[in-house]
Amino acid sequence: MNEKELEILHLLEQNARMDIKTIAKLIDQTEEEVEMMLKKLEENKVIVTYATVVDWSKVNNHDGVTAMIDVKVTPQRGVGFDEVAERIHRFPEVKALYLVSGTYDLQVVIEGKTMSEIASFVSGKLSALDSVISTTTHFRLKTYKHDGVVFGDDDEDHRMMVSP
Amino acid sequence: MNTSSTQQHRLSETVQQLKPSGIRRFFDLASTMDNVISLGVGEPDFVTPWNVREASIVSMERGFTSYTANAGLIELRRAVSYYLENSFGVSYHPESDIVITVGASEGIDAAFRAIINPGDEVIVAEPCFVSYAPIITMAGGVPVPLETTKKHDFKINAGDLEGLITSKTKAVLLSYPNNPTGAHMSKEELEPVVKVIKDYDLLAVSDEIYAELSYDYEHASLPAFPGMLERTILISGFSKAFAMTGWRVGYVCGPKDIMAAVLKIHQYTMMCASTSAQFGALEALKNGRADVEKMVASYRQRRNYLVKTFAEMGLECHTPLGAFYAFPSIEKLGMDAETFAETFLTEEQVAVVPGTVFGSGGEGHVRCSYATSLESLVEAMERFKRFMDRHR
Ligand SMILES: Cc1ncc(COP(=O)(O)O)c(C=O)c1O
Repeated sequence: MNEKELEILHLLEQNARMDIKTIAKLIDQTEEEVEMMLKKLEENKVIVTYATVVDWSKVNNHDGVTAMIDVKVTPQRGVGFDEVAERIHRFPEVKALYLVSGTYDLQVVIEGKTMSEIASFVSGKLSALDSVISTTTHFRLKTYKHDGVVFGDDDEDHRMMVSP
Repeated sequence: MNTSSTQQHRLSETVQQLKPSGIRRFFDLASTMDNVISLGVGEPDFVTPWNVREASIVSMERGFTSYTANAGLIELRRAVSYYLENSFGVSYHPESDIVITVGASEGIDAAFRAIINPGDEVIVAEPCFVSYAPIITMAGGVPVPLETTKKHDFKINAGDLEGLITSKTKAVLLSYPNNPTGAHMSKEELEPVVKVIKDYDLLAVSDEIYAELSYDYEHASLPAFPGMLERTILISGFSKAFAMTGWRVGYVCGPKDIMAAVLKIHQYTMMCASTSAQFGALEALKNGRADVEKMVASYRQRRNYLVKTFAEMGLECHTPLGAFYAFPSIEKLGMDAETFAETFLTEEQVAVVPGTVFGSGGEGHVRCSYATSLESLVEAMERFKRFMDRHR
């Protein structure tokens, strides 16, 4: 990965809609060069997708509940945690899944419409898996910051309009 | 009539003689308008990194609310000494060669008060920061402008410098990377200037507050040149590189005798710089590297954006190598800098600063700060283009 590709990744991570022309100017490359680099990054799945951070709390009538679930599992011979991880991430309600160090093994982020929907997922699907030993469910109450973006309006410019 | 003439008597003649700041006028004008995009701001658009703010808060919580040593916290002076040695290869002793000041601004003031006798001349490379000439005047000196021009990318021409030296010349004041031009001078380019300063046995005052914001050159610090440490007063501070303008912390470094004089002035006028701000500055030097690099990378990108967009519009602009200013030439539009800035502000609500407020060599140019969000820059460039097309 070269310096310019890294710059592209950092720019797009902050604003996935930045156009090629702007990127080219910012990193001092031609538009063709940027297109080539982007194509490569996409083909190699370095850029996995172009997503949008939404503050759903601002959307009227949007019911949604997010929970983080700590899961303890017995690793399986030969495949470790990968097999059970795969079984878990196939559920469409699972938004994220991480293998973590510490007291638990897997961290599952799931989204549902209501708390009871999540509860039935945990008891009916997750806990039902053979290798799952225990689960601890945390419901998300409020988002202060997500993917490096602060929710709420604290980016006001306090500077004077003209200064030396 | 009568009152106004008595009132005039109340004021110092030196102060009356100072020109009102051209920046102030634009500030007042811009403040009356809505929807203004300002490229007129001479400070970072970043908020001070959180670890720095936090260190300062903690110092207050722990009760560090008294004066510090006049010269500043010794830990901070040690950190400045280490930083300067490490980054630019200049050695200053924390006990005797460094004074922490209330911004670089106070440092410039104390430095000139320390060395100027009435009538001494100081050669000032212009265009430059607006405070230099007034500070020299207030110290009883005579500022002598050394014009730098677009033709030489606003770098100092050693021959021009030599031509201005008289028996009264005491010092040369220079600042690279430069506000407002964004110009920078490499080690090789500075050599002949250094030679003139040494040949004529002058002092140098080098304002290197933008040293970290150097995009294409490795910054060459003036006191690092052989024979310059003993004749240079180095001015710097935390405002620009660490995004700490409101904190008011800077520093002056120099030879012992001069620094003893600077300290004498500083102790009578300031006592010491703000204690909590000094704790923040200490944290900035100890753990601020990564943040500085991030900010520099972001300024560099925006610099590239501006230069390329100006080129597309057909606006002539030398590539700024440092600081966060571009200084395009607007001569082609057939307006002087003041008229351009005023018309542009009224017609398109974009604030830029006319080059003339920064001294000789500034006519025909405007200063555009790119320390502003990319969205604002993009919009400002669209308005710029529209304005150009209309007035071409
Ligand atoms: C060249 C130069 N020197 C000094 C200063 C003042 O810096 P400080 O905030 O440290 O007083 C500025 C601020 O605009 C500047 O541009």
